[in-house]
Amino acid sequence: MGVAINGAIEQGLLFAFLALGVYFTFRILNFPDMTADGSFALGGALAAKLIIGGWNPVTATLAAMVVGAAAGAFTGLLTTKGKINGLLAGILTMNALYSINLRIMEKANLPLLREDTFYTMIQSLHIPGIGVISGEAIIFLVIVLLVKLIMDWFLHTDLGLDIRATGDNSKMIRSFGANTDRTTIIGLALSNAMIAMSGAFIAQYQGFADVGMGIGMIVIGLASVIVGEVLFGSRSIFRASLAVIGGSIVYRLVIAVALRAGFNPSDLKIITALIVIIALTLPNVAKGIWKKSSKAAKGGKLDA
Amino acid sequence: MLNIRQVRKVFNAGTVNEKIALQEINLTMAPGDFITVIGSNGAGKSTLMNIISGGYLPDQGTIEIDGKNVTKLAEHQRAAFIGRVFQDPMAGTAPNMTIEENLAIAYARGHRRKLALGVNAKKRKIFQEQLALLDQGLENRLKTKVGFLSGGQRQALSLLMATFTQPKILLLDEHTAALDPKRAQLIVDLTVKIVEKNKLTTLMVTHNMEQALTMGNRLLMMHEGRIILDLPQEKKQQMTTKDLLQAFEQARGGEAFAEDRFILA
Repeated sequence: MGVAINGAIEQGLLFAFLALGVYFTFRILNFPDMTADGSFALGGALAAKLIIGGWNPVTATLAAMVVGAAAGAFTGLLTTKGKINGLLAGILTMNALYSINLRIMEKANLPLLREDTFYTMIQSLHIPGIGVISGEAIIFLVIVLLVKLIMDWFLHTDLGLDIRATGDNSKMIRSFGANTDRTTIIGLALSNAMIAMSGAFIAQYQGFADVGMGIGMIVIGLASVIVGEVLFGSRSIFRASLAVIGGSIVYRLVIAVALRAGFNPSDLKIITALIVIIALTLPNVAKGIWKKSSKAAKGGKLDA
Repeated sequence: MLNIRQVRKVFNAGTVNEKIALQEINLTMAPGDFITVIGSNGAGKSTLMNIISGGYLPDQGTIEIDGKNVTKLAEHQRAAFIGRVFQDPMAGTAPNMTIEENLAIAYARGHRRKLALGVNAKKRKIFQEQLALLDQGLENRLKTKVGFLSGGQRQALSLLMATFTQPKILLLDEHTAALDPKRAQLIVDLTVKIVEKNKLTTLMVTHNMEQALTMGNRLLMMHEGRIILDLPQEKKQQMTTKDLLQAFEQARGGEAFAEDRFILA
């Protein structure tokens, strides 16, 4: 179990970039961005291809981020300039990316055996771990927190305030001179850069990129966001982005426990869906029960 | 300051639902003019506001603000010149952002948004001074999310956000209509105070005839997309709400609908 927890924490930290990206679109920009499945695999595919081609893993990961940002910007252009419904715009990009990812990889699966990856670089540093937290996890944590802090800072700049207001009240922010088309495109680009970064890291971590590696990533990201918010709160941006990282780790731990309990890896998608459904409905159900019990306490006389 | 020439706007042109919202409107506002606009539902008051703000583009005609032709500019491009307060207290502020963050957005009006912190010590001091003018105790609640404020407080904040960067034109779209009488009076008083202090060129739509007569220096009455009455200060001062109602019925060709009486009373 110790090894499983170790791995779950490492994965949780690498998937936290995905969760931060999903948090950015779904919560900050209030945009249901379906690009994520495509941009995650895009990040993995491009990083793997470049590493095999002899690129430094760090520059390969950065390149994956840039291309992820372009994918997000494309969805943004479809929905703002092309006036395509936001959900559909994301789905269209996601679909198109599947073909693009296959073009990049030239086959469905790219193994990174004996390649120098970001992960092997960190492993070679032999950083001592602390308890269940491995030395590698410590490095991952540092990078995640760095990205989180940059995101927190960015969302408090003038441009960041505009992006947040675009998600909060787009009519209002237009009346103050912000171009909401521009803020939407920038927001989607930044979000998908983080998601592609997550894909690039995961490919290097697991030692291969697969064309199907992005399937279900939106739901996993959402699960992390929702679980994190429920468990750790979301009063401020600083708190919420920390909660999202925590949510990503908790999600991986739950999955590790589920696998331990005898579920098949193929069952993970339905487990993830159930986690999201429970986390979303539980507050309402709990409210209903509380209402009923308070009614009962008052003798059941109140109707409303 | 504002010059509207032959502006026409038709919705759903060529369909059974065709609606001529504005018919060849001409309107000139001198700097410092405070015009109140009344008219029944569907008269074109809100369309006029949206045509000025850039929410709608006119089918024909030109709009100039301070000598600059803005007819083809989008809403966010015109925002540098125009401050606006909406009827819905929820519309003018971002509820999940704090008071100081909302003010920072308003403060950036007319500037290019940069990658510098939106709220800093210097700006915070300005915000506190400005909020103190509202007399709502908001200057001590800079980090409160706007969603926690009452409708009246949000509208007061909206008014401040729309005005403290001294826009060329201030548009008030029935901005007291959604408030209870006490709060509405408070916002009216604040409006007069702020407009006078900053000498803002203001266009205010209202359903309240009393407000239309007591506030501002000029009164417009609209009906079916036209300006049917334009009262300068001297005439306006002598009028009562009853006179105004009569003038309205006359201008409409004598047809007096109890419905309109109710709306305008």
